[in-house]
Amino acid sequence: MNAVTQAAQRGKELVEGARSVAELRAVEPEAFGKRSAFARLTGSLRDLAPTERREVGRALQEARSELEAFFGKRMAELEEQEASRRAGSERLDLSETALLARWAGGGLAEAPPSPAMRGHLHLVTQVREELEDIFVSMGFEVMEGPEAEDDWHNFQALNMPPHHPARGMFDTFYLDLGEGGSGGQGAPEGGGERGPSAVLRTHTSPVQVRLMESRQPPIYAVVPGRCYRRDTPDASHLPVFHQIEGLVVDEGISMGHLAGTLDAFVQAFFGPGRRARLRPSFFPFTEPSAEFDVTCWVCHGVGCRTCTGSGWVELGGCGMVDPAVFDAVGIDAERYTGFAWGFGIDRMAAARTSLADLRDLLDNDIRFLSQF
Amino acid sequence: MRVPLSWLREFTPVEEPADRIADALSFLGLVVEASEAVPSPFDGIVVARVLATRPHPSADRVHLVDVDAGDGEARQVVCGAFNMKEGDLVPLATLGAVMPNGMEIGRRKLRGEWSNGMLCSAPELGVGPEGPSPAIFVFAPGSVSPGQPVAEAFGFGADVVFDLEISPNRGDCFSVVGVARDLAAGLGLPFSISEPPHFVAGDIEAPVIKVDPAAFELCPRFTGTVVEGVGEASVSPLVRRRLTLAGMRPISPVVDASNYVMLELGQPNHPYDISRLRGRGLGVRRGRSGERLVTLDGVERQLCPDDIVISDAEGTAVGLGGIMGGAGAEISSTTTTVLLEAANFDPLAISATGSRLGLLSEARTRFERGVDPELALRAVDRFVELLGPGVRRGPTVDARQGLPAPLEVPFRASRANAVLGTSLSEQQCASLLGRLGFEPVHRDEPGRDGLGGPLVFRVPTWRPDCTREVDLVEEVARIHGYGNIERTLPPRPSKPCGLAEWQRARRSVRVVLAGTGASEAWSSTFLSKRDLELAGLGTAGAVAVENPLDSSQSILRTSLLPGLLRAARSNRERQAGALSLFEVGNVFAVPAALEARVTGGQVPRGAAAEAESLGPSSGAGGGLVYRAVKGIVEWEQLGMVAVGSGVDAGYGARAWEVLAGALRLSAPALVAAPMEGAPIFGALAVTGALHPGRRAVMTVAGRSVGVLGELAPEVAARSGLVGRVAVLLADLGRLLSHPPRPWLAHGVSKYPAVDLDMAFSVAEVVAAADVHLTVTDVAGDLAEDVVLFEVWRDSSLGEGRRSLNFRARLRAADRTLTDDEVANVRERVAKAVAERHEGQLRGR
Repeated sequence: MNAVTQAAQRGKELVEGARSVAELRAVEPEAFGKRSAFARLTGSLRDLAPTERREVGRALQEARSELEAFFGKRMAELEEQEASRRAGSERLDLSETALLARWAGGGLAEAPPSPAMRGHLHLVTQVREELEDIFVSMGFEVMEGPEAEDDWHNFQALNMPPHHPARGMFDTFYLDLGEGGSGGQGAPEGGGERGPSAVLRTHTSPVQVRLMESRQPPIYAVVPGRCYRRDTPDASHLPVFHQIEGLVVDEGISMGHLAGTLDAFVQAFFGPGRRARLRPSFFPFTEPSAEFDVTCWVCHGVGCRTCTGSGWVELGGCGMVDPAVFDAVGIDAERYTGFAWGFGIDRMAAARTSLADLRDLLDNDIRFLSQF
Repeated sequence: MRVPLSWLREFTPVEEPADRIADALSFLGLVVEASEAVPSPFDGIVVARVLATRPHPSADRVHLVDVDAGDGEARQVVCGAFNMKEGDLVPLATLGAVMPNGMEIGRRKLRGEWSNGMLCSAPELGVGPEGPSPAIFVFAPGSVSPGQPVAEAFGFGADVVFDLEISPNRGDCFSVVGVARDLAAGLGLPFSISEPPHFVAGDIEAPVIKVDPAAFELCPRFTGTVVEGVGEASVSPLVRRRLTLAGMRPISPVVDASNYVMLELGQPNHPYDISRLRGRGLGVRRGRSGERLVTLDGVERQLCPDDIVISDAEGTAVGLGGIMGGAGAEISSTTTTVLLEAANFDPLAISATGSRLGLLSEARTRFERGVDPELALRAVDRFVELLGPGVRRGPTVDARQGLPAPLEVPFRASRANAVLGTSLSEQQCASLLGRLGFEPVHRDEPGRDGLGGPLVFRVPTWRPDCTREVDLVEEVARIHGYGNIERTLPPRPSKPCGLAEWQRARRSVRVVLAGTGASEAWSSTFLSKRDLELAGLGTAGAVAVENPLDSSQSILRTSLLPGLLRAARSNRERQAGALSLFEVGNVFAVPAALEARVTGGQVPRGAAAEAESLGPSSGAGGGLVYRAVKGIVEWEQLGMVAVGSGVDAGYGARAWEVLAGALRLSAPALVAAPMEGAPIFGALAVTGALHPGRRAVMTVAGRSVGVLGELAPEVAARSGLVGRVAVLLADLGRLLSHPPRPWLAHGVSKYPAVDLDMAFSVAEVVAAADVHLTVTDVAGDLAEDVVLFEVWRDSSLGEGRRSLNFRARLRAADRTLTDDEVANVRERVAKAVAERHEGQLRGR
């Protein structure tokens, strides 16, 4: 037993003697690590009688844990000391730096301001802003909403009750609310119960719902933003991506207006002479629903590899707002009609720049970023 | 869904070329993902008549057969099968023909006798199973003639298979009939489906069918039919060929017939071996808690009361209704009599069970999208028909309860025109709908407008997706053609439009930072807790992802810092030199956990409520700051990281200076305040990440908006970055929420200026900004500008002191300043700096 006390004493002295973090780390093996008396004593336990072995073993363990705790405390002390020493010796008055920087461009300057080196906006930002500007010029507002959504806004209000097969169209990320997360923050205007879970929005459409819940038509809005689907990333899919969608709700709005709006947009973005083409499709939140294609931006409709020879490239989905959605948000579906569309900003960026692999967009390689 | 063109043609006489048909399907919403041209498998194989059979002179395992392939000439063929006789019609692979297995037929000599081709068995042609002994396929007499290509004799040749992507609402199009009906409607062609014969053998007893009353809700229709003689039955080569083209493997006549019926009509069905069913019958009930069933795929499944269980007549589970049969009553090669189940199940129940068990099947695909409840009897008749005249079927027991009556939906052409922007007459609409099977049944009472009531249509039972007027409107549009809708722009909103002020300001943030040389990054929203720890950030309050793609992406970022550090490191690893990156993006946290860490009450308690509202219009101060959904708060952060030679904490301070100026921030300042309590949420947790002596809080109008400084050396080392790393993190909403400095115009004075230089020896702990403020304040209106133009450090100033050298440009609006006035300013400034900051004016 005496040997245990001695080992503990020796270890404590070593730890106390260390004057820096580096020194402390250096004495660890000898204090209670591989080269310590503890290691030797543990090794010789098997030579003892079983009862004695148990007793000594327990004592060893206790002494060792005590020493380890002491070591941890000492380490924290030394780290703090070193940090504050460094803080003192390396202290910078950043307001001084800022003031000196102001001098460089100030009215009293002796030299002209240095022409700054240009940085680069992200390709997706630039395309998003261009899209926003086109729609703003056509009379739309730009609306935004949360990326972490509840089931009601992402699915139920969009005519996808629980277990609806259309939910299978979206591979959804669910969020763990843990203990901190409580229920919803009050019921939506349109009534209906909220689902149990929080999700990362699978599309920008929940913002439509929030918009329609918060005000009556007329509504002319586009919604850009980040969306999430549980896809394994590849050249044409990212689990984190960007969408922009539009919503028009007013009296007398028809599918002809939808097609006309898309035509106008396609011409503004891709150039004169391009057209949008609608094909019947299915989305739970629109009826009638359509996919929309645009004249191929590579071959201008002649047929090439990009459009697999058809002259058209699929861009997104659209349709007339389903009356069930209007019911969910409390808008009179007899009086008002509306249309909505949506497509991927990243894909538009790829189309614009002949980008082969979408993954380049979030790699943040400066050689890529500085191309745009 | 793979659909062979030849199968479609059974129901509609479509003659268009395949690419036109593919287009037509796509424009009906049945997206053709691929069209595959399938060549005839039987080129060079023709029907031949057996003229004579003779023994081979020197071999007894083979014999010689003389055949006539339609040209009147006798050809000698050596053959190993002996089942044909004179006059039989058999398939002959002529010289040069290539068999389905790739073998090419050549003229060969066998034990001294020439063989001019090969007679083919059913397996060699791929149209039937291997029999017990080698046998040449023999055509039924009278059906074919010598010389006819075998493909024609079988009723199939070259084909085109359309691979269709069917949207989840179109359960009916998970069948050839459904696709053909749409195609016919779209092309304006007739559509017809023939009635299969319906012979019931009177001597076959009806099976026992028991549907538990509690199960009708999940299974409103259940039919059972006994079919005898299936052991010797066969299906035609055409059936096997089509199954193959549709992507299913032919297995046995019973299974093939069952699958064929499902593919053709869309009615999933299940044949059970009746000898393996106790009580000679089937039952339907809900699953029991704890009950287990081994399904056909060999997996043991745990059942629950929401599941639909098919049992034998004594209650033992034999199948999972509408999804998959059980292994227990599976048919086998010895099965002679089957009990055929054709039923209808509740789509939601099927979907729930299927997704709970992760079980995909052809039956589930169809039932969860809705199967025509009136299809079951036709399916039974068709099953029997396919198995040929050798089988006999008994009466069908049809248990039904709670099946909805055919739906009737009022339809107004005026509404269709309003929604679509068309001008179709009611008659035109009715004609378009009629092609799809919608029948007008009567007219409703006129509405208040007195313009004649809506025309009420009966929805065909195979279209459970059409329940409302708008669904009919879509059908009208689809058949009319989306391309035929006239395009116009909507009326424009009458109020001015444009980006919101905070959206414009956010754009400015980006442009200004890019102007400092920083490039914009976009990093993933997903991080791991380890990423946070590596960056010196706390992990409390991070929102976890329940089903992450992998463990390195298991939480939502609480800060942009880890993503930016990772980007900086990966660039450095790729030999990038200096680098400045910024990002604007959302970060997430559970507020309760974070609020607990905050001292000083700077976290807006109402954040969650404030956030619940949509868009910028709702937040006080015009900018949306927080959005909270289900207790998760998200807000927009601005982050910047720079590395490279000459970079230190001052880099961020300089960027801040540019940003504050460009955004016209109100009273921007850098405060070396203690970190506790000052910044908010994610920025708060930055304490551990930043160098304690080289950090500052950014404030706007006295309110903290973020932190900047230098990464703590141990954090930089952990992040794999060499040298000093400049960091700036701001809460974008707070940064932009205070109204910008008012835009007031001041006239410029025409009088000369006097530049007054003053150098103060000040302790290092005194912030230069404070001294600057004092100088500006005391000089008052006369100070046109005050700049810190130099900082000088020398031991002659004393320990811990430096010299701040200011230059004030003094100028009056209405006069030339006198020397006395300038001296007076100098005196007052010196006094104030001495009093407030213990600074000594040097050089006097």
